[in-house]
Parts: sequence; structure tokens; C-alpha cells
Amino acid sequence: MGHYMTINFKLNGEDVAVDPSPDTPLLYVLRNDLGVNACKFGCGLAQCGACSVLLDGQSIRSCVTPVIVAEGKNITTLDGLGGKGNPHPIQQAFIDEQAMQCGYCANGIMITAVAFLDKNPNPTDGEIRDALDGHLCRCGAQARMIRAVKKAAKMTDRGAA
Amino acid sequence: MLGRRDFLKASGSLIVCFSLNAVNPVNAASASSGLPRSFGKTPKLDSWIRIDAEGGVTIFPGKVELGQGIQTSLAQIAAEELDVSMSRLRVAPVDTDHSPNEAYTNGSMSIQQSGSALRVAAAEARQILIELAAEELRVTPDQINIDDGRFSVDGLEVNLDYWRILGGKEFNIVVSGEAKLKPPENYKVVGKAIERIDIPAIVFGDPIYIQDLRLPDMVHARLVRPPSPGRKLVQVKSNTVESMPGIIKIVRDGSFLAVIAEGEEQAIQASNLLKASCQWSKGHSLPNKEKLTEWLQSAPSKNSIIAEHGKLGSSKGRHVSATYTRPFQAHASISPSMALARKDKNGLTVWSHAQGMYPLRGAIAKLVKLKEEQVRCIHEPASGCYGHNGADDAAADAAIIAMHLPAKAIRLQYSRDDEFRWEPYGSAMTTQVEAVLDNEGFIHDWQYHVWSCTHTIRPGGAEGAGNFLSADLIENAIPQPAARAIPRPRGGGDRNAVPLYSFPNMNITKHFITEMPIRVSALRTLGAYSNVISIESFMDELSDLAGADPFDFRIKHLKDERAIAVLEKLRKVSNWSAIESRENTGKGIGFAQYKNSSAYTAVAFFVSVSKTTGNIKLEKAVSVTDAGQVINPDGLKNQIEGGIIQSASWTLMEQVNFTRKQITSLDWSGYPILKFSEVPEMETHLIDRPDEPSLGGGESSQGPGGAALANAVANALGRRLRDIPFTKERVQAAGV
Repeated sequence: MGHYMTINFKLNGEDVAVDPSPDTPLLYVLRNDLGVNACKFGCGLAQCGACSVLLDGQSIRSCVTPVIVAEGKNITTLDGLGGKGNPHPIQQAFIDEQAMQCGYCANGIMITAVAFLDKNPNPTDGEIRDALDGHLCRCGAQARMIRAVKKAAKMTDRGAA
Repeated sequence: MLGRRDFLKASGSLIVCFSLNAVNPVNAASASSGLPRSFGKTPKLDSWIRIDAEGGVTIFPGKVELGQGIQTSLAQIAAEELDVSMSRLRVAPVDTDHSPNEAYTNGSMSIQQSGSALRVAAAEARQILIELAAEELRVTPDQINIDDGRFSVDGLEVNLDYWRILGGKEFNIVVSGEAKLKPPENYKVVGKAIERIDIPAIVFGDPIYIQDLRLPDMVHARLVRPPSPGRKLVQVKSNTVESMPGIIKIVRDGSFLAVIAEGEEQAIQASNLLKASCQWSKGHSLPNKEKLTEWLQSAPSKNSIIAEHGKLGSSKGRHVSATYTRPFQAHASISPSMALARKDKNGLTVWSHAQGMYPLRGAIAKLVKLKEEQVRCIHEPASGCYGHNGADDAAADAAIIAMHLPAKAIRLQYSRDDEFRWEPYGSAMTTQVEAVLDNEGFIHDWQYHVWSCTHTIRPGGAEGAGNFLSADLIENAIPQPAARAIPRPRGGGDRNAVPLYSFPNMNITKHFITEMPIRVSALRTLGAYSNVISIESFMDELSDLAGADPFDFRIKHLKDERAIAVLEKLRKVSNWSAIESRENTGKGIGFAQYKNSSAYTAVAFFVSVSKTTGNIKLEKAVSVTDAGQVINPDGLKNQIEGGIIQSASWTLMEQVNFTRKQITSLDWSGYPILKFSEVPEMETHLIDRPDEPSLGGGESSQGPGGAALANAVANALGRRLRDIPFTKERVQAAGV
């Protein structure tokens, strides 16, 4: 709308420039201005985790993060991790384990899992549970998701070796 | 006689031909006794299956994807009968413009209804395609074989397939149901754990949800709801908001208030400001949450005996009784409801994630005063709904707003607060059981009472329009119809109130509460969750009194062989006898046949309990399910596991909180659900019965899961908790 200063950041490796009010939640900028679908609106209160994206590799809640925070940073969304021809291990593992029902929460869980596995590539079930504890899944697919994260860890591990 | 080819080429004469044979295709379909009932409203084959010219097959079910994987299972059924690979299948979204009318997607009935229709339709399509090929190739149909839609004759490949022979053309017939179905022993796709067709799009962040639908000329709307029921809008100061940047319109229709803006955050900001400037009249008071049982048992009700035999009081033995309660509980969908609507000169189009597009169309037409033909409803998936959540209301609200601002696509998004405050919850319930147990450990008398509000206020059709939340708010308000009980055998509050166990003397009485101070409707399994927990808890209480093993005690009161088989298998796979309950640990089982007619599920729960902190740790849940012929074992297991986790969450921690004035569970801190650190390990077993009809399994584990948990907690505590949820305070109080 041109009223505000331009905010520049990298979205999935590409430079983007937007000019909303700087306190606009990043979620709305990503979804409405930049056409991203992966991150979801769930609560707008940082309670459910559906909106999670990676900011310089950290999982953040984009629904309460003002877009100005992204200035000069790298934002990665789930679709930026990989696609049909080149799935990220976390995406492949969620397919392999059929780790969802409706899948609405899956974005945030996969995003947080990626940030977590980056720091802890060889986690126990308990560590995975703790890492994902701030994410809500109402369909009850948690047991499958824990398996999928474990599988992704193994896939990544193999890839590195 | 006309050949198949003549039918396709001369569709004009075909219509004549059929109008001679079957005067009314609707009657023709429904009159044939063996036909799946969905053909009654949608008799034409082309309404269900289309063979395109590009090597694909599209199926048109009347059931919608709710995250239960139904699209995949239905595609499997069609691929199997058609002998084509799964990759060729596309599943069309439900659209009142052309989809079969299968009413609601609820009650675990999609495989039984849509699945059986698609199976018959696909078999018939295959037969016609074979006949066409036989004509073309001048051979007899029995010389033809099919592999992935490609024909061969006497084992030799020919250059002909479905797409060349029919591609793009219509079958142009009414389904007769006469084609032979593939025998289950020849199945290659049905019964296999095929990966869900929609999961790749989800993990790659493709636009597949209604939230991802971006229409031309789309604008953002938010509501300003009253804070509690019965309140009317007295005054609102909208001047400052009107002049804010991006604001297109403030819609006020009676007490219905909404704001439309260019940008989503502008709409949010404006709605917050409007909310702060609103003055509402006084509302009506809510029941006393601390005395729900007293309220349920004293509210005006219609009482009826729903099952009775023998003579209560004619047997000697120990009299035992107990009362169980369940609070109001929420669907608590992860995505607050939303909808899109556009009004133009042709009518109104609504995009919605509700469970029934045809019923929704009828109700919206009535609400906004259009003819039903002028309204088109298109389903788009959202997060799981688990019943009648805010989806229908959002669709109605978007429609109301669209009528005030034609030619724009209105995107209405509820806030988390809108959804929690106004979704129709699952009714609070209370049950009372009294039994007579003899010295041999047999139950003679079984007297059961269940008190509940309605379990459906679905706004289906014109007569249901008054059930929309906003029907009462708009200027030309539509009164809410009287609360309606769902008839048996499905039942509402009385779903699964009649135990599968045999007792010589039994009386089951339903108390249907006719008022609704707190808005309620269908929540997954309706009354079954509460009834199964009550019955199964009491069975354990009696089993303990009789000094019996809980498996043996149930089995000796059962006649149904499949029920017994499920329990026996659970006993084995859960390693029941070998696992000892130690200090602060417990094990329990729960069993039911959902609706006494769908899938059989038995669950064993293993827990540990801290009496000091009141914390219940879910260690493991093992389940066994018999859902007849299994279409997709992994899809079914996913449903069973999800049901157990969801009902564990209901049982341990869920209750809608409220004061005498208003709901106070308005976000996830006010309505916590089970977290990753709290879910149990799962072990899920199926008994496949390929020669038996498929039985709906999507809801079968909810009752048994909660019941097994209740019994495990009682086992660990040595004291019975009869009031859901099993909060830390209640556990501590029981542990003292």
C-alpha cells in the first residue's frame, strides 16, 4: 500500500520486499502478500503452532511475530524445504508414516522438527515429545508424528554418512 | 436391440429408450431392492464416475474429506472395481452443482454409503466398457481382460483402453446394479494400506485447504459477536472505524455485526475496535456449572423407554448403582471456522468446510431469502471438525455478508474466540445405572437412565435455517426449531445406551432435555462416548464385586461372536494376564460395538497415577477392531488411534468452562487438550473380515478408549472416578 517503509528479507532463499505496517503479523504477510500456503492460521495467540516458520533456522510463531522482525533475515516455510521431486527428509518421513489426519497442524510440527533435528540429530522419543510439546494436534496423530520425526532423523543421518 | 456403441453415439435415442423402460429414473433406482440407497437421489452413472480422454478417472462421491482419508478409501474401491491403478483416480470435491446428494458426512457411514454406491457404479462402468470393447473388437465380452484400463483379448494385447473407447463421453445410463462385483479374494487395491492421496500436497504446502482459496476480488471479513447468548445489539459507534484505511463496509443486520476490509489485519483491527464500542442488552443465564447433574436431572425433559425386556426386581442378588457424568466438551478444531461467499447476478456461491453441502444449501437459501437453485455450495477441506463445529455458521455468516456486498468474494474468518465461544458443544450428560448381581457373578437386572440435551442442531435444509447462530441475530430473525431427538437405532444422547451384553431383565430410559441454555450439537459419537464409559465402568465395578476377570466377566454376558473375538484377541495381544498392576499403576479395558451396528472395538489402557500430584500418565493403549471388510488398514488404524487419543484428552482434561453469564473457555489455555508429551504409545490391531460388509470405524474407538482409561485409572487408584474429566484435583481427592 506504500504507506510504510519497505521490509526486506529472504523467503526460501529468494529476496522479497514488502511494505505493510511493520507490526503486521508475519503470517498475514506470508499468506496474503506473498502467497505462501504452508503456514496456517490456527489461533493468532502463539498457542497451537500451526503458523510456524523458520527464522534463520529457529522455529517461530508467525502469527504473533511482527513482520519487521524478519528484516534482513532468512524465512523458510514448509514448501521451501522441498517438493515432490526433492522432498526434505521430514516431508518424506511424514508421507512414509502417514503421520496426520487432517494435516492442518502438520506444517508447524514439521517446521519445529526440522529446527529441533538440526540441533539434536539423534533424539530419543522423549526428546521428540518435549520438542513438539508446544504444538497441538486435535486428530490424535501424535504417535505417528513422533515415529515420523524419528524416521527423518535416521534418513538425515544416513544422508550425512 | 441397441448395442452399447449406439447408446453413446445416439444419446437422444438413448433417453427415449430409458424413458420407455423406466418412467422415473429415481423410482427405478430406489425401487430395486439391492441397490445402495445413495442411488435413490442420484441414479445416473455419470454422476458418480467419469472417464476422461486423458487417461484419468474421476469419481464424484457425495461425502467430503474431513481428514479421515475418505477420498483415498473411496478411490481404492473405484480403482478396484474398474481395474485401474490408483494414480489414475481423481476425487472431485462435493459441489451442489453436480455432486451426488449424500447429505452429511457423519456417523462413520461414508464407506457404507458412498463406498457401496461407488463400488456398484464402478462395476457397472467396467461392464459397459467391456461391452463397448467387445463390440469394437468384434469379440465376446468374456474374451476380454483388463489391466489398468487397457484391454486384451484372449490374453493378447490390443490397442484399446478405457480412454480411447469412452474418453470424454458419458455413459448415459441409470445404474442398474446388475453388474457382477469383484469377489474379495481377487482384490488387489482394496484391503491394502495405500498411502493417502492428499498427504503429499499437505507436506509440500500446496494450496489444498479452504484457507488457501484466493478468489478474484476477495475481501476480508470479521464478525463482532455478542459476548454471550440472548444478547441484542443496542448501540455501536462505527464512525471512527468507517474512516480507517482499507475499510470497505460495516454490515449491521439487526444484531448481526461484521466488518469488511481490503486487508485481513485491517479487518481484525476494525472488528476489535467495533467490539469495544458495542453495547449489548442483557443475556440469559447459564446453568450452574458446579451442579450440572442436578440441572440435567431437573430440566424439562421428554422421557421414554428405549429398550425393555424381562421384569426388573424379579431376581435376587446384590443391588449396585452408580452415577456418571460428562461435562460440555468442545470440538476444538485447530482451524477456527471460515467460509467464502460471493453474490452475483446468477445467485450466491458459498465455499465451506461443513459436513453437508446439500443440507447447507437449503438452509442458507432460506436464511438469505434466495431460491435453493440460486445457491451453490462447494466443499473445501479444513482442519478436522469431529462433528458440527462452527463451519455451518461461518458459511451462513459469509452468505449474509455477501448479500450486503455483492460482486466481491467475501472471505470470513472466525477468530479463536469466535469459535470457542460459539461452537455448538457436545452436550453434558449424566447416566445412572442400577444392577442386580447374583452369587455366580451374573447380572440379572440392568436399569439405565441417561439425561442429555439434543445432539443435533445441524442447520440442514430450510427447516433447519433457524439453527444457524446468526438466524437469531439478523433483523428478520428465524426462530430456532424445537430441539429434536435423533431417532433410534442411531440415537443421540441414547446412542450406545443399550449395552451389547445380555441381561434377563433390562430397562433403558432416555430423558431428552428439551431446553438448550448452552448451545449444543453433534460432537463425534454423540452420546456414545458417555454411554460406553458409563456401561463399561459399571461392568468393571460389577466384575470387581464378582471377583471376576474383566474379560471373562464381559464375555460371559455376550452372545455376539464377533464381539467375543475382539475381546479375546485384545486379551492376547495386550499381554493382559502377564502385566501386573503394581503400586500406582493400573490397567483397564473398554469395549463397544459403535451404534450397536458398526465396528467393534476393544481397548486396553495402561496408566500410572501419582496420588500426590494427581497426574495420570498414559503409558500405552492397545486396541483391536473388527470393521468387517477393511478398505485401507492403515487409514482405519489412523482413525482408531486418533479416536483413542482424542477420547483420552476428553476424559483426562476437557470441559467447557462457564460462569452463570458466559463461556470462559475461549482459547487453548482455557481449553487445554492432550499434548505430545502426554500421548500414550499405541498398538493397533485389526481383524479383517473380507467377506463381511464394511462397518464404519471412524468413531468406534472413542467410547471404548475413554472407558478403558477410566477403568485403568480406577484400577490404579483403587477408587472409581465417575465424573469426567479426571482432573488432578479429582485424582488427588480420590487418592486420599
